Amino acid sequence: MNSTPLWSIFINACLVNNFVLAYFLGICPFLGVSSRNATAVRMGAAVMFVMLISSLCAFGLNRLLLAVEAPYLTLISYIAVIASVVQLVEMFIRKVSPALFQALGIFLPLITTNCAILGLALFQTNRGYNLTQSVIYALGAGAGFTLALLLMSGIREKLALGRVPEFADGTAIALVVAGILSLGFMGFAGMGAS
Amino acid sequence: MAEIIIATDRPSSPRDELIKGLWRENPVFVQVLGMCPTLAVTNTAENALAMGLATLFVLSFSAAIISAGRTLIPNQVRIATFVLVIATFVTVVDYLIQAIDLDLHAALGAFIALIVVNCLILGRMEAFAARHTPTVAVLDAIGMGIGFTWALLCLGVVREVLGFGTLFGLSLFPASFQPWTVMVLPSGGFFVLALWLLIFSRIARSGART
Repeated sequence: MNSTPLWSIFINACLVNNFVLAYFLGICPFLGVSSRNATAVRMGAAVMFVMLISSLCAFGLNRLLLAVEAPYLTLISYIAVIASVVQLVEMFIRKVSPALFQALGIFLPLITTNCAILGLALFQTNRGYNLTQSVIYALGAGAGFTLALLLMSGIREKLALGRVPEFADGTAIALVVAGILSLGFMGFAGMGAS
Repeated sequence: MAEIIIATDRPSSPRDELIKGLWRENPVFVQVLGMCPTLAVTNTAENALAMGLATLFVLSFSAAIISAGRTLIPNQVRIATFVLVIATFVTVVDYLIQAIDLDLHAALGAFIALIVVNCLILGRMEAFAARHTPTVAVLDAIGMGIGFTWALLCLGVVREVLGFGTLFGLSLFPASFQPWTVMVLPSGGFFVLALWLLIFSRIARSGART
């Protein structure tokens, strides 16, 4: 059992060990949907929501697998659960709020292959977080992902107006920006306990 | 459906399928797929090599199974089936590395398990293995896997030499060498990958002009 205080877990997941800029999880959506601010916000919200639900599911699943003594099934069952959670969330949102469903569009099904979600489930299992800690961890990671996406999209909207050398345009310049952002986030390293 | 796609494809020899992943359709430098492991575990050349080989293993075996069963898999659940097959081989690799080298397993950490969500693998299964015979699919997978491995090595070598002053753990410089610590930090990964992408687009451009 892990006894890290809740505020420390949140700050840690959100800023100190930001999922995108320190752990390199979820780089594909980070580079793919960060060119406009509005889509970045929606993507961040969707990821946070799925993270929260799949974190709860992963917690229950881990208990179950430990009870039946089949830890080698962890990975297979996690990915199956995440895929079905995304599917369920998609159906739920379509039923409850068609407007939000329209706004999220293609991003919703793509969350299945977002490694930040599976990474979150695996990390919380490795660290032995209890139920409350898992939920806080998921919230922190989701907030950190949204923050990184927002910062990136803000910079890229400005960048689109600037003059970038032709051969460096696109992914290369986005990676340089991400590197500088990542350097900035290292400044938080003194804040949390590992 | 499958026949139409094959018919419209450019006819290509098996050798072509193998070598296209090395340069022309390199997964990292040209297709920009599988970015997460590319950046996360390339702080030393050894980690990069291990991650590349693990991905190569998963890619080839999944391609063999999926292309062999491509007529049996219903179209509606194909993605779910692919993911389950991939997850099975990733579990095998995870336990294999744990059995061979515990230190390496600790260094790669959760990123071995995260091979499951490497978009490179799912992409090859969907775009290639599900539409071709096992022999061709495995050749394609091996080519892509080797292409991925050498791309990871490119990053790993630069980051290890500059960040630690070593290569595969062997010291390269006299003791007065001041390591560039930033290279082994997360931001170094972004910078080195950006640099390689620039070099590659430069080479591809000059090749296209001549």
